[in-house]
Amino acid sequence: MSIEITGVSKRFGDFVALDDVSVSIPSGGLTALLGPSGGGKSTLLRIIAGLETADTGRVEIEGVDATRLSPQKRNVGFVFQHYAAFKHLSVARNVAFGLEIRKKPKEEIRARVDELLKLVHLSQFADRLPAQLSGGQRQRMALARALAVQPSVLLLDEPFGALDAKVRKELRDWLRRLHDEVHVTTVFVTHDQEEALEVADEIVVINEGRVEQVGSPDELYDQPANDFVMRFLGPVTELGDRLVRPHDLQLLTDSTDPGAVSGRVKRITRIGFEIRVEVAVGEQDVTVTLTRNEFLALDLRVGSEVQVRVAPEVGAVQGRPEAVGAV
Amino acid sequence: MAELSHHRTRARRGPIAYLIRLLVIVYLFFLVAWPVYLVAKNTFADGVDSLTGLLEDPDIVHALGLTVQVALIAVVINTVFGVGISILLVRYALPGKRWLSPLLDLPLSVSPIVVGLSLILVYGGRTGWFGPALEDAGFQIIYATPGIVLATVFVALPLVIREVVPVLEEVGEEQEQAARSLGANALQTFWRITLPSIKWGVIYGVVLSLARSLGEFGAVKVVSGNVLGDTRTATLVVEEKYLNFDKPGAYATAFLLALVAVACIIVVSALRPKEDR
Repeated sequence: MSIEITGVSKRFGDFVALDDVSVSIPSGGLTALLGPSGGGKSTLLRIIAGLETADTGRVEIEGVDATRLSPQKRNVGFVFQHYAAFKHLSVARNVAFGLEIRKKPKEEIRARVDELLKLVHLSQFADRLPAQLSGGQRQRMALARALAVQPSVLLLDEPFGALDAKVRKELRDWLRRLHDEVHVTTVFVTHDQEEALEVADEIVVINEGRVEQVGSPDELYDQPANDFVMRFLGPVTELGDRLVRPHDLQLLTDSTDPGAVSGRVKRITRIGFEIRVEVAVGEQDVTVTLTRNEFLALDLRVGSEVQVRVAPEVGAVQGRPEAVGAV
Repeated sequence: MAELSHHRTRARRGPIAYLIRLLVIVYLFFLVAWPVYLVAKNTFADGVDSLTGLLEDPDIVHALGLTVQVALIAVVINTVFGVGISILLVRYALPGKRWLSPLLDLPLSVSPIVVGLSLILVYGGRTGWFGPALEDAGFQIIYATPGIVLATVFVALPLVIREVVPVLEEVGEEQEQAARSLGANALQTFWRITLPSIKWGVIYGVVLSLARSLGEFGAVKVVSGNVLGDTRTATLVVEEKYLNFDKPGAYATAFLLALVAVACIIVVSALRPKEDR
């Protein structure tokens, strides 16, 4: 394990940011800390970097107790949401900063900076100032700067949060490919579940200062440990007292399945290839999503009588929806 | 600050706008430009005689030298402490910060005469709190150069701080944190990241302090003793000459003081990088 966090708590005044958090982050992986805003994920990342100190608990990086180590001794690369570019230094000098501090020979620094700028596709911008770059370019520069010192772990705090949707998506793919090339243990914070599911090898879901679940994207999506994780990772609807994903429900017109419940189609919405059908089952409105072909085969109209059931191949979690906090 | 408001202004047109401009120009002309111009005019009323006469008097040359020396020392002290206190105020959670900040403005609000008198109460050679002990140890503060420096430092204390604090707040802490995580220690972070990013705040603070230090009169008058050729500074020379009906000499000395201040402003605006203008 590359990063071991044991029993870490942190308060800001009365606000409990982290409450007895223990997590292990594997070497060489790309791990997402996922959760709603104010849930404590950024605080945890900053504690790993040494930018905040934990009130209690222990942080171990690559087998070394780092709990009391200052940030400059942790050999951690940190990338900030708002880039934290050194505004008075050129792109190349930004990337060279950590190496200059380490008093590496000039030739070595130049070679390494060239190599990194190539890696992040900024070679032609080496002599520009950060103010002359776009947001996405600045963030790539910040990444190169963090990678220059060959950190044992790379930490990214909502790295794409300040970018527009298109650039965000590009950078997300690019980060995934970059990680496949560089293999440095990487932890990034995000509140965007799609980003976490798409990019991460492993996801740590954090809410209200506690770890809700740790697992691969598949595990989290298919076997959420509780209603919170289920709601946070994707769309949900209620059928009876079960919480299920709308695409895990089936609609039938002439079923004799005792597990199916009857209802009446209330509204049909088409969103591209997906058809969203709202079915009134007793007092409840159940949302079911169908593919276009499924929908056409059923020949549904508003007012049609249908039976709703959970698709037999799905083992959805049992849960009492009212016990779940706001999402 | 000036460069921020600059981006927000746009050219306005119409009679009201011109009227406002005219009012501002007339106001500034009668309040600042004309009086200062008259000082220059009076200085050169007899050609350069009054200036050369001034510079041939060893006591005056001494006074000018003393003023420059005191101002430079005071500026260095105020810059070092000003930057230090600013960083402490902005970056660290200090107990009692709420009280420290208004306290730092005190030298601007208190009359310099009061500053001078209070310094005598503390450092006065006979009756001050520390004065007699320091005098026994061979340090004379009041009626000597250290006292003049002290008074000057006191009155110019907030100027660097008031320039640097907002810049520090605006720059934020992230660049420094990034530098720390890249392996820089506190000193390296300060020299390589913090100082370059607050550079212009510091320079404005230094210029203002320099101008204030060169021109300080009240506090210096009280603590210096005003001894000709020893503790008399340039501003005291102006007063002395004026009271002794040596108006050309007073105007010439005043002109020199104003010249240095104007030169400071010109040098700074020339040095300032283009994108800030």
